[in-house]
Amino acid sequence: MSTTITPAAAPAGFTAKDLVTDQDIRWCPGCGDYSILKQAQTVIPELGIPRENIVFISGIGCSSRFPYYMETFGMHSIHGRATAVASGLKATRPELSVWIITGDGDALSIGGNHFIHMLRRNFNVNVLLFNNQIYGLTKGQYSPTSEEGKITKSTPYGSLDHPFNPIALAMGADGTYIARSMDRDPVHLKDTLRKANAHKGTSFVEIYQNCNVFNDGAFEIFTEKSSKKIETLMVENGKPFIFGANNEKGIKLDGFKPVIVDLTDGNSANDLWVHDETDRVKAGILSRFFDNPAKEGHFPRPFGVFYKEERNCYEDDLNQQVADVLAKRGEGNLDALLRGREVWEIK
Amino acid sequence: MENGSLDAFKVIKVDVTKLTRAALEGSGLGTKEMDRSKNMFVLGLCYWMYNRELKNSIKFLEEKFAKAPNILDSNVKLLKAGYAYGETTEAIETRYQINPAPMKAGVYRNIMGNQALAIGLVAASKQSGLPIFYGTYPITPASDILHELSKHKNFGVRTFQAEDEIAAICSAIGASFGGCLGVTASSGPGIALKGEAMGLAVMLELPLVIINVQRGGPSTGLPTKTEQSDLLQAMHGRNGEAPLPIIAACSPADCFNAALEACRIAVEYMTPVMLLSDGYIANGAEPWQFPQTADLPKITATFITEKNGGDKFLPYKRDENLSRPWAIPGTKSLEHRIGGLEKEHETGNINYENENHQFMVRMREAKVNKVADSIPLQKMDNGNEKGKLLVIGWGSTYGAIKMAVIQARAKGYDVSHAQVRYMNPFPKNLGEILYGFEKILVPEMNTGQFLSMLRSKYLVPAEGLNKIKGIPFSSVEIMEKIESMIA
Repeated sequence: MSTTITPAAAPAGFTAKDLVTDQDIRWCPGCGDYSILKQAQTVIPELGIPRENIVFISGIGCSSRFPYYMETFGMHSIHGRATAVASGLKATRPELSVWIITGDGDALSIGGNHFIHMLRRNFNVNVLLFNNQIYGLTKGQYSPTSEEGKITKSTPYGSLDHPFNPIALAMGADGTYIARSMDRDPVHLKDTLRKANAHKGTSFVEIYQNCNVFNDGAFEIFTEKSSKKIETLMVENGKPFIFGANNEKGIKLDGFKPVIVDLTDGNSANDLWVHDETDRVKAGILSRFFDNPAKEGHFPRPFGVFYKEERNCYEDDLNQQVADVLAKRGEGNLDALLRGREVWEIK
Repeated sequence: MENGSLDAFKVIKVDVTKLTRAALEGSGLGTKEMDRSKNMFVLGLCYWMYNRELKNSIKFLEEKFAKAPNILDSNVKLLKAGYAYGETTEAIETRYQINPAPMKAGVYRNIMGNQALAIGLVAASKQSGLPIFYGTYPITPASDILHELSKHKNFGVRTFQAEDEIAAICSAIGASFGGCLGVTASSGPGIALKGEAMGLAVMLELPLVIINVQRGGPSTGLPTKTEQSDLLQAMHGRNGEAPLPIIAACSPADCFNAALEACRIAVEYMTPVMLLSDGYIANGAEPWQFPQTADLPKITATFITEKNGGDKFLPYKRDENLSRPWAIPGTKSLEHRIGGLEKEHETGNINYENENHQFMVRMREAKVNKVADSIPLQKMDNGNEKGKLLVIGWGSTYGAIKMAVIQARAKGYDVSHAQVRYMNPFPKNLGEILYGFEKILVPEMNTGQFLSMLRSKYLVPAEGLNKIKGIPFSSVEIMEKIESMIA
């Protein structure tokens, strides 16, 4: 299956090299974060955005060290709050290109509230959620995306929490651009980042990222060559859902019910579910392709853009409102404000 | 009412309900609506007792009920009926004439504390050239600041009702990073939630104004009642050594100056500043001899545009105020990263070294202390700079202390009054003033927070007068304490 490459804008006069900082990278050797950093540094110079107009804001966690390694403006804020900090920045400086770097704990646990409110307000920013299904920086506790029964340092008898499905959560919060990619597929990741940047609104990208120290191989089944084609569904707008080692399987919709069909068994590719990334109902169904790969008859895990819609961005409406009030009432007169409506004189 | 508890008063019985209903007969209003208008009858009667004209209230009612002529007519009718009742009844023998308070000549308006804070922020925006970004979450008694500010979009004010207190302050920090003047406000419980982000702002060294309109605590406490019990929270309510300047407004009108001053310090010293008000000031009103724009101080805000360290940009290189440069996104070749981790001196790079940490902790402390260079020396509100007893207060106790000290001095007692508005750092001469008195009295609406700050910093045997009832002091209470200490 081919991957569409979103055409790049005119380059902004700097290269990936210019995005490397003088700081030593502190991620463990072999961490999936390195690949994400590299893809971001490759894509960003293509976007036509002056380097000084780019801001990376992160929370706390391994992923949140990212801004230190990006030679742009950046802020390593506090746990879970990158989305909130970015809201204030984007509200007042809409011309900036704002990228939020977060993780499964940062965005979905301690920062869950800000995350859903960011999505509903639809600030025009990019949210890159590095999902490794574990707490890495604190050395190995289960996260809100860890599977049930996970044995970790904090759960020696297995975790009890039902995990979040980040894509479904973003759908529920009325996100306007919802996508999934992975650290081990640089081409797909770069393309997803380009598309995320091109979308006006909150572009949410969940990136499966391997933590080789505390949760090694969590996504192996989706990323390794031997199982990738069987276990993943690379979705593309306007293309039918086909997967399998030899592209021999497809998915069709029986009413609202997805059904896996064998294309070698007399089923026609013409009957398959064709992806329409603007169809909210179908994207909702697709977001629920989230079952345990060990389960019999499970669906492949989708990667790509699940859903996309155009909706007003908060910062545009905010600044338009200010402009409208200014046009209607004229620039505020401080002396009139100080004076108020009624005065009296004491002689 | 008739158990003798009113024996000390002259009681005049008026059947207000009956008289109100009689006055409104034929108005078409139901009994319930008629009874709701009783207040206007009583107000009219009071106007008669105190010899005041009705015209201001009638004008107010005409504006308030412009769209409901029936309600307007009834209210005006009752106001007049109450006044007329005073004139015809023989039950009230005395009328009172209150002369205007002796006030400085000039033009005045009425102002409430929260309104003054909002206007002060707008003025600070104008004087600094920085747009205000106000991130907040509704809470009593601070919400009126948002209500007032959100009206002033034509001053370029951007208000943001965030999803919670933490998002409120974080969004303000984001706006300040971008070159706006970020402001957030709340009351005690919300300020507690903002603690971690305040620490971030201390570390980032970005301008930020945090307003705490205090109320009774702890926890949800007394949302609608006043208290001054968040002073030590303002001083210490963050993890680590995280000092920030604190200003306390002492009256509704003073909120304007306090807001302007908080913004000035925040911008000129690149620091979060805490502004303390309280429920009493927030909802209280007073006549205000408002300033003219031309008389307001300028606030100098500078964005750095060029590298300050040869071929490098040093985001934590300091000026004579120990303040660091403000480099906003969009400025070519000043790309840099800041964050909550300890900074290396000048470069701002992450640094965990022991000597550097101690140096930076001391540096942030020194910067806040340096604010003392730019604030006025402590003045006496009344009395001499030396003497027998100093009554020293902060915040909304101002009026009650002022009255008590005026009365005490009229009785010949050697008492002075100082009201402190710079709570951190203190004015440079505060110690000198304290040492000039034999005794020191500190009235405050908490269990002795300012008292403990004075005692620990200046080692003076000051005494507290503490009221934690959700209501302000009366001057009588302070007067009694003064007499017990001095007579």
